[in-house]
Amino acid sequence: MQKTSKALLGLATAFVMSSALPNLAKADELTLCWAAWDPANALVELSKDFTAKTGTQMKFEFVPWTSYADRFLNELNSHGKLCDLIIGDSQWIGGSAENGHYVKLNDFFDKEGIKMDDFVPATVVGYSEWPKNTPNYWALPAMGDVVGWTYRKDWFEKPELQKEFKGKYGRDLAAPKTYDELKQIAEFFQKREIDGKTVYGASIYTERGSEGITMGVTNVLYDWGFQYENPKKPYDMEGFVNSADAVKGLEFYKSLYDCCTPPGSSNVYMVESADAFKSGQVAMQMNFAFTWPGLYKDEKVGGDKIGFFPNPAEKAHFAQLGGQGISVVSYSDKKDAALQYIKWFAQPDVQAKWWELGGYSCLNSVVNAPGFAKSQPYAQAFLDSMAIVKDFWAEPSYATLLQDMQKRVHNYVVAGNGTAKEALDGLVKDWEEVFKDDGKI
Amino acid sequence: MTISHSSIVENAVDATARATPVSVARRVRGLSDRAIAWLFIAPAIILLLAINIFPLIWAIYLSFTNYRANRPNAPVQGVGLGNYQRVLNDPDIWQAMQTTAHFVFWTILLQTVIGFSLAYLIDRKFRGHAFWTTIILIPMMLSPAVVGNFWRFLYEPQIGLFAYAVSLVSGIPTSDIQMLGNVTLAPWAIIIVDTWMWTPYVMLICLAGLRSIPDYIYEAAEVDRASPWRQFWSITVPMALPFIMLAVLFRGIENFKMFDMVTLLTGGGPGSVTEVASITLKRVAFESWATGRASAFAIVLFVAVFGLANIYVKALNRVKQR
Repeated sequence: MQKTSKALLGLATAFVMSSALPNLAKADELTLCWAAWDPANALVELSKDFTAKTGTQMKFEFVPWTSYADRFLNELNSHGKLCDLIIGDSQWIGGSAENGHYVKLNDFFDKEGIKMDDFVPATVVGYSEWPKNTPNYWALPAMGDVVGWTYRKDWFEKPELQKEFKGKYGRDLAAPKTYDELKQIAEFFQKREIDGKTVYGASIYTERGSEGITMGVTNVLYDWGFQYENPKKPYDMEGFVNSADAVKGLEFYKSLYDCCTPPGSSNVYMVESADAFKSGQVAMQMNFAFTWPGLYKDEKVGGDKIGFFPNPAEKAHFAQLGGQGISVVSYSDKKDAALQYIKWFAQPDVQAKWWELGGYSCLNSVVNAPGFAKSQPYAQAFLDSMAIVKDFWAEPSYATLLQDMQKRVHNYVVAGNGTAKEALDGLVKDWEEVFKDDGKI
Repeated sequence: MTISHSSIVENAVDATARATPVSVARRVRGLSDRAIAWLFIAPAIILLLAINIFPLIWAIYLSFTNYRANRPNAPVQGVGLGNYQRVLNDPDIWQAMQTTAHFVFWTILLQTVIGFSLAYLIDRKFRGHAFWTTIILIPMMLSPAVVGNFWRFLYEPQIGLFAYAVSLVSGIPTSDIQMLGNVTLAPWAIIIVDTWMWTPYVMLICLAGLRSIPDYIYEAAEVDRASPWRQFWSITVPMALPFIMLAVLFRGIENFKMFDMVTLLTGGGPGSVTEVASITLKRVAFESWATGRASAFAIVLFVAVFGLANIYVKALNRVKQR
């Protein structure tokens, strides 16, 4: 009996030891969580240098965009230890800071000499700061992104189309500078026969489920004068969110949807928009800048056939900010190693390689380098776009605010219910309720 | 070999018996049948309590609080009936309930009528009926995710077969046949897909009902010179009715919870025209993170389904007893 006990004890010990061994071997492993997209592949490539330098193995958890927020916000809310580092969306910063999901980086930045002044100011505000415009940093700007446009340069350059367009509008068929120009071009191409195929004006965001239509609508509303709140009185939205100019902007977005999008465009976001462009359906496409390197490489529509332009202007000139910062998850057991990754990632030579591989660096020394604007065909459009960015609410309740806007604008733009004024009045009412719940008004 | 094996086993049993403390042996032997039965079903009961009952009780508790799952560190405060009041006064939630009722009504009606008709035809046992039964059952065997994506492509105005077929028949240009983007057509697009997928299920249950009717009843009816029409209404329908009602109950409960198909086809859009109760619940719970309010909404839904199902089951029992 005693022998059996000893044998069992021995077996149990061996089992525990054997299951513990892989953990010991993985002590130098870091897990980075992000969305599954092209820049993530570039980061995998880039991170090989980190492993070579430090010996720390990098493990990646990439989740498709459709479930990115659900998956990782659940992970953070449940204080999960899956991610040591996370590249979280810009809107998450308020909630993640206030709920203690991210490690505050100020002391680390001071200690390591990492200066936020070295990064593009808009990305610091957008991806790192909470509260906004205060020196409280929860992330390092990692992936600059912004909504911009691509167009079929080869179609625009067709002499017969150039001639017809000039005859009709009295100007050259070229990348639009204003939204009125953009709509004229979209109308010009709508249902036109090119190379034996019916093509359409533009692909714009209309997706209802996550954040799609909001990212598209705001991109236009900002230019008409929409503001989230009274600059002098926070959370005072009446007359700003639903101002006469904002109403006109929303009406314009609907008119663009009605006149110039391909059939079946009622649920379009990043992938669908890029697909519409890649399949040669549309003359212009609204999409985040991260899609540009992939589209440029595309055999059918890339190379000489594609052109890039920043969001057009109207009364004002803004573009919807995308992109993310990289943060250390406060529930990680490997915070020190994770901080070392951030320190490594912030280095100018690493940032320069990040841009080369297809990531969008936010470091001034990279984007302001003399050759940057010509380093890629889309580099100038990216630079111009990043200079005019504006972001959605980054409040801890951003998700509720986002869902309210999704519902109101989709109801008006796609479903055609009510008027633009009613949609924005309803939005003010919804948002006031959210801020009342939060005790902010 | 056999002898040596049995001797090893005997030795082992003896050794175990010797090693077992007397008190334990007595206790085990002293167990009543009832106690042993409890011992066996206890794991299942514990699992049931842990997986079903505890979350239900927890959800009821949360429904009276302001708890938000994305702010686990924030203090949880009681709000009394506040969440219920808000849910019941929310026009969006009433709209979602109305949309759900619309889906449930039309899908059940279509699936029952078509399902029963198919079962009636299959029951005739014509040549090749087994083959056609298998073919009809295929949609039901597919995953809703596959079906959702498959139909999304079929509905595509530019390349979809559905739009092409409708255009061929009606002469309307395919670009104008926007099933998923049109406010009027989108709910019907979902009803069509659900009917396509689940009619075979109703058919199977109805077929079981039809096959359970003894032949001698029809033979007696024929002796009495009852017409086929009379036989159908006086024998087939009443005797198959409990089965039809069972199919309606199953489909009703399932369709009240409809989520995957709507999410894949329209995501609740255009606007909120196809936003059924389960999608609204998901938005409140996991997008807005209003966990307390979502719990109240879930309880309201649970009570509604449970109440309706109870009334229905009573009616079903009455029909069965006839």
